Amino acid sequence: MKPASLITILTLALGAAAPWLISSYELSLLGRFLAFSLVALGIMLTWGEGGILSLGQGVFFGLGGYALAMNLKLAGLNLANGDMPDFMQWSGVSALPGFWYPFANPWFSLVCVVLVPGIFAAAFSWLVFRRRIGGVYFALITQALALAFATLLVSEQAFTGGFNGLTDFSTFAGHDITSQGAARVIYLITFLLVVASYFFLRWLLGTRFGTMLRATRDGENRVRFLGHNPLPYKVVAFTLAGMLSGMGGALFTLHAGVISPALVGVVPSIEMVVWVAVGGRNVLWGAIAGTLLVNFAKDEISSALPSLWLYALGGLFILAVSFLPGGIAGLFTTPRMPRFFQRRRQEAAE
Amino acid sequence: MNTAPLLTLENVTVDFDGFKALTDVSLSLAPQDLRVLIGPNGAGKSTLCDTIIGRVRPTSGRILFKNQPITALPEQDIVRRGICRKFQTPGVLPSLSVMENLLVSARKNRAWWLAFSSSPPAAEQERAEEILETIGLTDRRETLAGSLAHGEKQWLEIGMVVATDAELLLLDEPTAGMGPQDTQRTADLILSLVGRHAVLVIDHDMSFVEALNGYTTVLHQGQILREGTVSEIRADAAVEAVYLGRAKEDVA
Ligand SMILES: Nc1ncnc2c1ncn2[C@@H]1O[C@H](COP(=O)(O)OP(=O)(O)OP(=O)(O)O)[C@@H](O)[C@H]1O
Ligand SMILES: [Mg+2]
Repeated sequence: MKPASLITILTLALGAAAPWLISSYELSLLGRFLAFSLVALGIMLTWGEGGILSLGQGVFFGLGGYALAMNLKLAGLNLANGDMPDFMQWSGVSALPGFWYPFANPWFSLVCVVLVPGIFAAAFSWLVFRRRIGGVYFALITQALALAFATLLVSEQAFTGGFNGLTDFSTFAGHDITSQGAARVIYLITFLLVVASYFFLRWLLGTRFGTMLRATRDGENRVRFLGHNPLPYKVVAFTLAGMLSGMGGALFTLHAGVISPALVGVVPSIEMVVWVAVGGRNVLWGAIAGTLLVNFAKDEISSALPSLWLYALGGLFILAVSFLPGGIAGLFTTPRMPRFFQRRRQEAAE
Repeated sequence: MNTAPLLTLENVTVDFDGFKALTDVSLSLAPQDLRVLIGPNGAGKSTLCDTIIGRVRPTSGRILFKNQPITALPEQDIVRRGICRKFQTPGVLPSLSVMENLLVSARKNRAWWLAFSSSPPAAEQERAEEILETIGLTDRRETLAGSLAHGEKQWLEIGMVVATDAELLLLDEPTAGMGPQDTQRTADLILSLVGRHAVLVIDHDMSFVEALNGYTTVLHQGQILREGTVSEIRADAAVEAVYLGRAKEDVA
């Protein structure tokens, strides 16, 4: 067996066995970070392979998270009776707003987790890319979007729970989600979705679509003047990334028991890019590894010295960008490997 | 000649905020023609190509391809009608392998929803192999295009343009940065394309232009100065004054 497939099998086995190997606190962290890594996989696809840097993936993460949280908030309420989520009562809302109603259905909510970010990402990217806006301008627009989204969530307190967001959940589709058994199930679902997304993207990047996406990143004009329309490749990639982010947001909400504007705004959106920069934006497992690594480090550092984290994050980003353009994964893959490693590997091969 | 022209430019003018890069240029190319376009730096040669492929839109005038106006078409549609262009600075796709570059170019059906298969149709693969052979990069097949030597990039891009099977190829300075030997190889390569494609070649190098020996158009300050055979152009006093004289000085 090739060492690569051995590592894959070992990782899969360890990931699946994790609920019985680590403490429930560690499991809840791992689950959260795996949910984050879905976002990272999307960034790897758009930024790494498509050359599209989005500083607003938090928006799609939030759309997915809120779509599920709305259902969790309505669970157990008797809507016919005029029941409302607690925060609405405190805000003096007289009746449940119309757009909340369909979310009482858990399956509708689940579909929205993927569909709402997907449709929004598709429409947004189509509008922007059609006008041939890209690069730094695109990054700035997406950052503005993240800012606007978080601001809107805070200001519409009566509909969104405002600054505190949505929290205090107990059941989903009639199942208790607070027990330790439920935590394990939620972890396993997250793990499965990460694995499935990983293999889906691996397949996708191996098709001609992957080649066209990389071609568009390399030279959008060249691609256009070979008779291809680069627009659909970019829109499809951005849409998939949005859907992955939405899924990540919903799973995160389940693990953390909360979704709030502070988790979807400008700073979290930039953090998401840092995970991928550190892990390696051209390698799928790099995106996942980077997410886990940075977030476990964040957990350690911010519990020891809370004020230090943002500096550490900034430093990490600068280090990754200036010394490790291929991220951690770049150290292991041939094309971007620094010369030093290449020579060692050649020697080893001889 | 009784064949209908493949490409016609009718009084094309390109105005960049008051600077006329092209003034009233009219030009006609027959199918399978070999046309050479020369002119000093800044004459508007690249702009002429840009205008044909829709990267720059003419301020006035019309461009007809197979008797159909193409001036208002989106860029990729102009290519699909059958015009493909090699850029002055090599426009290969650097992080794709040589073969992938050719395969991206050789795609017949360019609909994006047909891209979700892992291997290209056999016919496209065969065509790409054939071109790989023609441009002499068979042993560079898996090399990333970005790490090719300058001359190899030029050939790869010619190969890519050929792979689209466009009826009209526009080659902007295909020998820039090449030594005499490679220049001769490039001339041979281009001559082997004539007959299957109409080719418009832009170049500075007079020995290359002579090797091609095609009907030649001289552009000067955005206007057509002369048209004729290479020897006619060689002998022309006006051309000598604006272009060849200067080229000789450059060499000296
Ligand atoms: N987008 C643009 N905006 C403004 N001016 C332009 C633009 N593109 C080209 N020009 C100008 O138009 C003129 C013609 O440029 P062009 O590139 O067509 O020349 P050329 O004949 O190809 O020269 P060279 O031999 O150097 O390649 C130049 O003076 C150039 O500065
Ligand atoms: Mg030029």
